[in-house]
Amino acid sequence: MIALSDYLLFGAVLFMISMAGIFLNRKNVIVLLMSIELLLLAVNTNLVAFSHYLNDVTGQIFVFFILTVAAAEAAIGLAIIVLVFRNRKSINVDDLGSLKG
Amino acid sequence: MSFEQFIFYVLAAIAIISGLMMITVKNPVKAALWLVLAFISTAGLWIMAQAEFLGLVLILVYVGAVMVLFLFVVMMLDINMSILKEGFTRYLPIGALAAVAIFALIYMVVGPDHFGLDKVAAPDMKPAGYSNTTEIAIPLYTEHAYAFILAAVLLLVGIVAAIALTLRRRPTGAVLYQDIDKQNKTLAKDRFEMVKMDAVVEKAVVENEEEDKK
Repeated sequence: MIALSDYLLFGAVLFMISMAGIFLNRKNVIVLLMSIELLLLAVNTNLVAFSHYLNDVTGQIFVFFILTVAAAEAAIGLAIIVLVFRNRKSINVDDLGSLKG
Repeated sequence: MSFEQFIFYVLAAIAIISGLMMITVKNPVKAALWLVLAFISTAGLWIMAQAEFLGLVLILVYVGAVMVLFLFVVMMLDINMSILKEGFTRYLPIGALAAVAIFALIYMVVGPDHFGLDKVAAPDMKPAGYSNTTEIAIPLYTEHAYAFILAAVLLLVGIVAAIALTLRRRPTGAVLYQDIDKQNKTLAKDRFEMVKMDAVVEKAVVENEEEDKK
């Protein structure tokens, strides 16, 4: 039998990997966005696991809405990347310092 | 180890390895493809947790739409990869340290001590003919109907925002645009004008023909 902690630890490992990805790839906006997608996937895995083990479907409805929001976020994020690339000819995070306070 | 556990660990290992490959690989196109593999194996895990509808939606929506969008954008941009990978080794120690520290903290909270099989018993398998889609749909369309509509509006706002951001406006004169307002306002008299002219008799041609006959 699979324990609930197996699912939760799988989610934790995935979360950890994507967090390390944000640390390591801090120059590349596209990989940053992909890491955020993986982060959301890890959180969704936790919700699905709890929904299964508590016999309550509400967790899956939460996942449904998170997927909707994540899809909209990815679409707008990629639109912003395209816009930045069109204006700056680069997606290096270091080049995007014009809002420096 | 039961067969169920074997499948679980294989899928989890595939997802974790592809996640690691995603953050270390140089080429963003390959990173996106590794992320696709991570999504697919996680969808398998969700289906093992009897969330069949969400597992399939993850493959259809995420792999089929969002990741294809990612690939589309990555391939459209002309990226200099060597510059983007600078500093990878510099941030590796602190990244790994933060990741391991956070994993240790999460392990202390959700590890087998608190959520093991002896603490949370595995639920019974659902009977044959059980429909996960129906179980999700009933509360979604009744209790959470407003949230559902709100999600639809959010997606609409997402579409409008993405199009409005990437719409390229070129200076008028460089490109010809269709002005529908102007087209609809046009009347027949603006397009067609009657001009009064005297008839011209082409005498010279006739004379030439007569000369040819002579």
